[in-house]
Amino acid sequence: MKKFSPSEEVDFVVIGSGAAGGVMAKQLATAGFSVVVMEQGPWGAYGHEQDYNKDELSNRYPAEEEMLLSDPRRQRNTFRRNANEKAAPGTHNYGCVVGGGTVTYGASSWRHLPWEFDEASRFGTMQGTGIADWPVSYEEIEPYYTQAEWEIGISGPNIKTPLIAPMSKPYPCQPLPLKSSGALMQKAAAKLDLMVTPNVAAIITQPYNGRSACINCGMCSGYGCQVKARSSSAVALLPVAVATGNCEIRVHSYVREISLDASGRATGVTYFDKANNNREVFQKAKCVVLSANGTETPRLLLLSKSNRFPQGLANSSGLVGKYLMTGNGGGASGLFADPLNEYKGCVTGAAVLSYVPNDVKGRGFYGGGRMTSRGQMSPIQYGLAGPHGAPSWGAAYKKALIEQANRRLTLVNFISQLPVETNTVDLDPEVKDAWGLPAMRITTNSHENDFKAMRFFIDRSAEILKAAGASEVWADEISDSKGGAHARGTCRMGNDPKSSVVNKYHRAHDVPNLFVVDGSSFVTGGRNHPTMTISALAYRCADHLVKAAKSGNVTI
Amino acid sequence: MSDSRRKFLLKSVSATSAAWLAANWPAQVAAAEKAQSMGAFTYFTREQAADVDAIAAQIYPTTDTPGAREAQVIYFIDLALVTFAQDKQDIYAQGLADLAGHTGGKPFAALPSDQQIAILSSIEKTPFFKTVREHTITGMFAAPQHGGNFRKIGWQQIGFDDSLNFRAPFGAYDKA
Repeated sequence: MKKFSPSEEVDFVVIGSGAAGGVMAKQLATAGFSVVVMEQGPWGAYGHEQDYNKDELSNRYPAEEEMLLSDPRRQRNTFRRNANEKAAPGTHNYGCVVGGGTVTYGASSWRHLPWEFDEASRFGTMQGTGIADWPVSYEEIEPYYTQAEWEIGISGPNIKTPLIAPMSKPYPCQPLPLKSSGALMQKAAAKLDLMVTPNVAAIITQPYNGRSACINCGMCSGYGCQVKARSSSAVALLPVAVATGNCEIRVHSYVREISLDASGRATGVTYFDKANNNREVFQKAKCVVLSANGTETPRLLLLSKSNRFPQGLANSSGLVGKYLMTGNGGGASGLFADPLNEYKGCVTGAAVLSYVPNDVKGRGFYGGGRMTSRGQMSPIQYGLAGPHGAPSWGAAYKKALIEQANRRLTLVNFISQLPVETNTVDLDPEVKDAWGLPAMRITTNSHENDFKAMRFFIDRSAEILKAAGASEVWADEISDSKGGAHARGTCRMGNDPKSSVVNKYHRAHDVPNLFVVDGSSFVTGGRNHPTMTISALAYRCADHLVKAAKSGNVTI
Repeated sequence: MSDSRRKFLLKSVSATSAAWLAANWPAQVAAAEKAQSMGAFTYFTREQAADVDAIAAQIYPTTDTPGAREAQVIYFIDLALVTFAQDKQDIYAQGLADLAGHTGGKPFAALPSDQQIAILSSIEKTPFFKTVREHTITGMFAAPQHGGNFRKIGWQQIGFDDSLNFRAPFGAYDKA
């Protein structure tokens, strides 16, 4: 791998190596630019033939060097429902390894539908929300979805329906197995007139780009893939970037500030170098790409205060960190007569698409959701969660645990969450992280509309499970989101610098050579399956950057 | 034995890379079985081990099928307390000391089963009981190289096939 000296001015520093950072690094390095990728976490199994282990105990209690997610004891964060509360220690975490969250995610890879980019124009806005149109249309993004799907490696059904975004090219791989959960959903769909399809996933089902197909091991969501079938940035994108000889991935490098010169241009980043006792190092760069995820991206901007930007870098709008959307969920579970063996195969077999579109008049709320059928539990997880309707220990616990094993199906829903200005990521005034920097503080309380949506989806889930023939059905309690991996909206894109942080090409309105590309750019949240759109936006941003840089329009 | 077993057990958790496990797994299980058959404990005294074993056997009892005792969960817990759950040592020490207050000075393990259940029911909200429950169940269903789930007893009971390489159909409902 090419190595750069921190004093050498590289063309691009990319902060983060996940869904967006991986795309940016690959596209920029392939175009001939020098790139240093800053990754806070370790290598993981990057570059190894034999990949991540599947031992459930080790995955639950990883050694520090084997952690794949951030650790709330070190990457400390706090949580509160509203600004009147004092924030308490939080449990928010995110992918923190080369490849970011794509190493461990469930890998659902749905595109946004065309109308998810201009909901304000089509359906109107709502009091107390920041619903607005995106500055880009589906038609502009479509070619980049296709490019992302083919370069990253996505499997899915080839079905034409208004419930799936129109595609200029089918998915490169056949869909994953439907699983017993999916077959039961189809049974319910026939009775209830619902649209059920196999899931769309960044998991390959045939040899693809030198990687082998999924073996349905079942140690999937939450684990690194052992056979490189999950199309993470670490296997699908970053090796291509590194192979150009133009890209260095620098692990254990925790960026604490993006620095500016007197003219207001970014000059590079200052980071803690773990390998050298957390010494501070400055990496010079002509241009900075910030792809640290929907929570760490705004935090880093807020940490990068200067005389020019006393409220945080690129924050003249005051909107950095606002309009946080982490997505809502909730569903229901049921027991079936025979074993489903959901522990085999990837986490999601099928999706119910009928409630994806808006139907404000019909349902009485704004938004929608995608329902996914699941029942996957690893053995320890199953034992600790315990059987339904039984004591938590003793003979009755054991009896029910054995009886219910492999017979459970859970509908997990991915429900829209409306953008609300007071839902934020900011800096905790008291708590510091393990490096002495102000901890991330999350303040979020869903709009009342979203509680109606959650109620709707929980009720529909129970109805579907009954129609599928479940002998017993129990619904989740409504629970508002508290953080998590799907964070979006915190540096929203727009044409007006007063009401957005980045422009339609992800350039910060306030800083000419700073690009912010990840979930933070989202204006509205879609149906809480953000990754494919993050990838497509990154391809589009990179395409623009490469063209502009080569023609001299961006003085990187 | 105790010292070499400690070294072996520590190694077994710190070196968990897939490659290492693949290379050492059979030897590791053999070593664990040997250590277990000798009844050696790394963290617990024999008396403590007997009490924790009795608690585990109430949490996941032996019924018409094997329970925590047959799955040798006590060895899993003994190992856990010197590895990933080192920070729980104090909870065990305090919990076992408090237990004496419920048994009239007798070893918990020596009490009749119904009395054991009554005592555990009265302490089931305590951090001690919750921790032993978590460790017992984890020991039932963690891979055998971690000390419990002896001969995959736990996995067999919940129908978990650890070959981890499957072809659809997976269950009763996705058969064509």
